Amino acid sequence: MTTDKTITEDDVSRMAALSRLSISSEERTLFARQFQDILGYMDVLAHSDTDGVEPLYSPSEHAQTGREDCALRLSTRDATLANAPQQDGTYFVVPCIVQAG
Amino acid sequence: MTDICSLSLTAVANALQKKEISALETTQACLNRIEATEPKIAAMLLVNNENALQRARSLDAAGPDPALPLWGVPVTVKDALSTKGIVTTAASRILEGYTPFFDAFAVEKLHKAGAVLLGKTNLDEFAMGSTTENSAYQTTRNPRDTTKTPGGSSGGSAASVTAGQCFASLGSDTGGSIRQPAALCGCVGIKPTYGRVSRYGLIAYGSSLDQIGPLARTVEDCACVLRVIAGHDPRDATSALLSVEDYAAGLDKNALKGVRLGMPKEFFNNEGLSAEVRLACEDALKTARNLGVELVEVRLPHTEAAIATYYIIAMAEASSNLARFDGIRYGKRANSTKDLAELYECSRSEGFGQEVKRRIMLGTYVLSAGYYDAYYRKAAQVRRLLRDEYLTALAACDALCAPVSPITAWQLGSHTTDPLRMYLMDAFTLSLNLAGLPGLSLPVGLGKESNMPVGMQLIGNAFDEARLIALAHALEQNLPDVGRPAL
Repeated sequence: MTTDKTITEDDVSRMAALSRLSISSEERTLFARQFQDILGYMDVLAHSDTDGVEPLYSPSEHAQTGREDCALRLSTRDATLANAPQQDGTYFVVPCIVQAG
Repeated sequence: MTDICSLSLTAVANALQKKEISALETTQACLNRIEATEPKIAAMLLVNNENALQRARSLDAAGPDPALPLWGVPVTVKDALSTKGIVTTAASRILEGYTPFFDAFAVEKLHKAGAVLLGKTNLDEFAMGSTTENSAYQTTRNPRDTTKTPGGSSGGSAASVTAGQCFASLGSDTGGSIRQPAALCGCVGIKPTYGRVSRYGLIAYGSSLDQIGPLARTVEDCACVLRVIAGHDPRDATSALLSVEDYAAGLDKNALKGVRLGMPKEFFNNEGLSAEVRLACEDALKTARNLGVELVEVRLPHTEAAIATYYIIAMAEASSNLARFDGIRYGKRANSTKDLAELYECSRSEGFGQEVKRRIMLGTYVLSAGYYDAYYRKAAQVRRLLRDEYLTALAACDALCAPVSPITAWQLGSHTTDPLRMYLMDAFTLSLNLAGLPGLSLPVGLGKESNMPVGMQLIGNAFDEARLIALAHALEQNLPDVGRPAL
């Protein structure tokens, strides 16, 4: 565990960038303190001996059932586009991704 | 029929089938109750008056059908479940106005069983919270004392059921979000086994933890709804291919004789457990013992690590699940952004509330290079230890019993500034989600000091809901009623 790590405001900025979030300077200060507390609390896990323990990622032990691998039409184009903030009747519209050379 | 809204779901469903009351009359009574109580409790994010009345009229025109167990029964649904043609927000600004073109599996099942959907209930944004105070729209109040929290995240559902606005509500439980509000409001809530109810159409928070379940005023009512919504669904790969039992059939008030109930020492000896909650649980267990229950002490030694384990896993899964909210296909989009990256960042920052941001960022952190093994993998290993401990404890008895919330409903606003303190309140509920096991929260009395309801949970082996329901029903018949709120 990273028991003695201090969470700085720079750490918080990096976490925000990785999360595709922008945060205010007040939030940065607040989160640094709160994350320090929360991650500090997580260190309780260090007391658990997990040598050789296989991680458990899902609790389901019952057989997982896949469905037939075939395309299904679950909605129409209109229904799918209906919630888009911007669309042209055929496609979702987004800002320019690649700048012209 | 004097007050339709005070009936149990079972009683109203019978009266509807016998045409003693009409679906329209029942729906109108609930809508009137909503109108009278909403200014005090704010349980509903959306009330669907016209659709509900229209649905009731068409049911009446077709006439009752004994094959439809919820024929004409008005229900509400947590706003984390998708409803076709009805705005679904998960109490987040980022989904303001979002209207799904499909129903969640559990909602589809309610419709097919003849239920009337009255509207959508409030929750903490994306189900992240224990009070509904993290809702971007409103804070729900406890119908028994409107200065106090109804709990959360399914606080709107618990308040709606308790206030008599509906006969049952669907909630979702990722770390206690059905059981804890049921306990704080004084109604019954079931978190089924992971895989018992399809998660299709539930807006995902922690996908390996989330489970949909019913809240209602009696155990039998919850059993009736669980039977309707359970079952296999090919659209959720974790949905179990098991037949559904008639959970409400053969309920017997003598079902406790000869039953062994395990009391986890780490829960009952927990220093955070308030005296009044402990006392109410002990009184209920005294009653159980008089009815033939044998109480045995069991151990869950990794309980101390459960909160950290849970929050690491839940936040990691949340950070991944909530990556889909990008302002492109649905939901909020920020204005005047210069490129795609800025559009993502601004849309998400404007759309998410502070607790959601906190969990996404911490989840991203515990999954990031250099920290993954120390946090996420370690938590997944402890998760196995916790699950194995539950299974060992359950091998020695028929079910476990435990408090739900360490304290009764608290004052609104009293815990909002310290997220860690709030996380610690989930100590008795969240390990069940890590283990994927079923739990039922039953009101067992009123706290001596607060005079607010105390909930006790019964915990069983995977897919053992029928036994939990049978035991809880028998206990319920022998415990004093916690009464109705005076609203």
